[in-house]
Amino acid sequence: MAFDSSMLFIQFVSGLSRAMVLFLMASGLTLIFGVMKVINFAHGVFYMLGAYIAFTLTALLTGPLGFWAAIVIAPTVVALIGGLVEIILLRRIYEKEHLLQILLTYSLIFVFNDAVKLLWGEEMRIVSLPKILSGFVTLFSHRFPIYYFFIITIGILVALLLWVFLSRTRIGKVLRAAAEHKDMVALLGYDVGGLFTVVFIIATWLGGLAGAVIAPTVRLSLGMDMEIIIECFIVAIVGGLGSIWGALLGALITGQIYAFGILIVPNYAMAFLFALAALIIIFRPNGLLGKPLQTG
Amino acid sequence: MENRNPTNSRGKLQHTTNTFYLVSGWIVIGLVLVALPFFMEYTISQYYVYLAIKVIVWVLFAMSFNIVLGYGGMMSFGHAAFFGVGAYSSSLLLVKTSCPMVLAFVIAPFAAAAAGVIIGYFSVRVKGTFYFAVITLSFAQLAYILAFKWRSFTFGDDGIQGIEVPSIISTDETYINFYFFALIILLICLYLLWRIVRSPFGMMLMTLRENPERAAFVGIKVENYRLIAFTISAFFSGVAGVLYALLETSVAPDVLFWSMSGEVILMGVLGGMHIFMGPALGATIMVLLNSFITSYTEYWGLFLGITLILIVLFFPKGVTGLIVEQYGALKGRKKR
Repeated sequence: MAFDSSMLFIQFVSGLSRAMVLFLMASGLTLIFGVMKVINFAHGVFYMLGAYIAFTLTALLTGPLGFWAAIVIAPTVVALIGGLVEIILLRRIYEKEHLLQILLTYSLIFVFNDAVKLLWGEEMRIVSLPKILSGFVTLFSHRFPIYYFFIITIGILVALLLWVFLSRTRIGKVLRAAAEHKDMVALLGYDVGGLFTVVFIIATWLGGLAGAVIAPTVRLSLGMDMEIIIECFIVAIVGGLGSIWGALLGALITGQIYAFGILIVPNYAMAFLFALAALIIIFRPNGLLGKPLQTG
Repeated sequence: MENRNPTNSRGKLQHTTNTFYLVSGWIVIGLVLVALPFFMEYTISQYYVYLAIKVIVWVLFAMSFNIVLGYGGMMSFGHAAFFGVGAYSSSLLLVKTSCPMVLAFVIAPFAAAAAGVIIGYFSVRVKGTFYFAVITLSFAQLAYILAFKWRSFTFGDDGIQGIEVPSIISTDETYINFYFFALIILLICLYLLWRIVRSPFGMMLMTLRENPERAAFVGIKVENYRLIAFTISAFFSGVAGVLYALLETSVAPDVLFWSMSGEVILMGVLGGMHIFMGPALGATIMVLLNSFITSYTEYWGLFLGITLILIVLFFPKGVTGLIVEQYGALKGRKKR
């Protein structure tokens, strides 16, 4: 196997685009955990829904318009479903034991997997790219799929938006305050329940976006939610739960390790991620940027 | 389960009648368990004997799991790993080597326990229910990926076919011999599990479940206790895995799939995790329902998920918890 510099550079770019998708997912997971103190085991489900809804939209609206409609509409639909899930189910369990909270989100994996099976069937689905995004660009005399750069751009945009939202807007500040002192924020007259719904909608929108963005690069299949959620968990373990920047750092590291791991052992690149997670647990149990958890 | 303090005003008399009911109850249960397979085989169909064995396997799995969940207060989302390692290691020994069945049966649970030490080591290190859940699920999924992709060793998704079973428990002609074999293994394991949860170790485990901070404060090594509990649980889950492999005479990566862990969780919470026999009831209900429902629809997961949601929202103590509560309410009314 030739490890020339061009190959390394290509892997670096592909790792970066993978990292951005992971960041979209992990930031949502982290946002939910940071504010609501709940791990959303079903987060991968919203990613899967995003991808499948994007598939249906591109199948309905053929032509270049379909893809753009999918990128916009699919995450929105997913966010609506997410909002409903929060209002109907999650809202009832914030005050209960952690075990029950985890179980509830976990049970959604079963429900939504079968719902996807019911609506879309079990065969693999493919989403095609519009012409403008399916070509290659030449950079430093190497050819890269344009789509990599598209994904990376979306990732950077979302990271910037999240940063502006959390640090510059009023609702963002209230959210951060609610993450630290929920009761105090409620005492100041803010509707904490409503805030939680907003957080869940944003997080599931991010998940849906990740799914819609990834859809053209993979074959959609049942079980894709589990694959991504495991990687997200590893990102969360590496970066530290509850920190957006931890999620970004974790995603960047995980994406690169996976991209280069593939060069070494094509079939078992996941093993590197687990090895990384194991090392982090041993040497930095709270992740690179995480704080020790107060919860039992 | 048991009624330990009937020391009220009528003391002794009540005690003897209670013992009488208890002993006769156990005799009836024993007779039913012995007569059951013969009754099924001659009146209904072989399939129900097979189903009864499946119940036995899952009862063992669910009750092993409950050492971690109910007694340890740790929700493992990766117990399929230990069931799977038990099933895989025994089958690989039987198919790839000339290892006798008895030896494979002894080795496989230790392999599962070894997997328990590894996964347990990482999952008990980090504080918090969430991390525990995340790490157990992730590492169990690693076991699934390995079984799926490591074709040369595990046969990949073809699975292991045609596991040779000694003729005495062979299921070619009848399931009855295997039924009694599995029943005896189950009873031995249940006895051991009962002794473990009633031992000082078991008591300490429950203390750690209720108040880990305080226990750590008085100098108890919380992590060590939890790791041991996790390993014991993995060992017995491995036994269940071996029984499964011998019953089906084949193993596929499905036994390591995340949904297997989900099913055993549901059995625990459905039956009631704070009662020794609770998960056994949960397992029995689930296996029978599974057989019934999957004969009509392929959307078993939908049923599973909705049941889990309903339990979480409305009956967090499970069916057994509900029965005990009702019984307690009834008794309370009688006293007044």
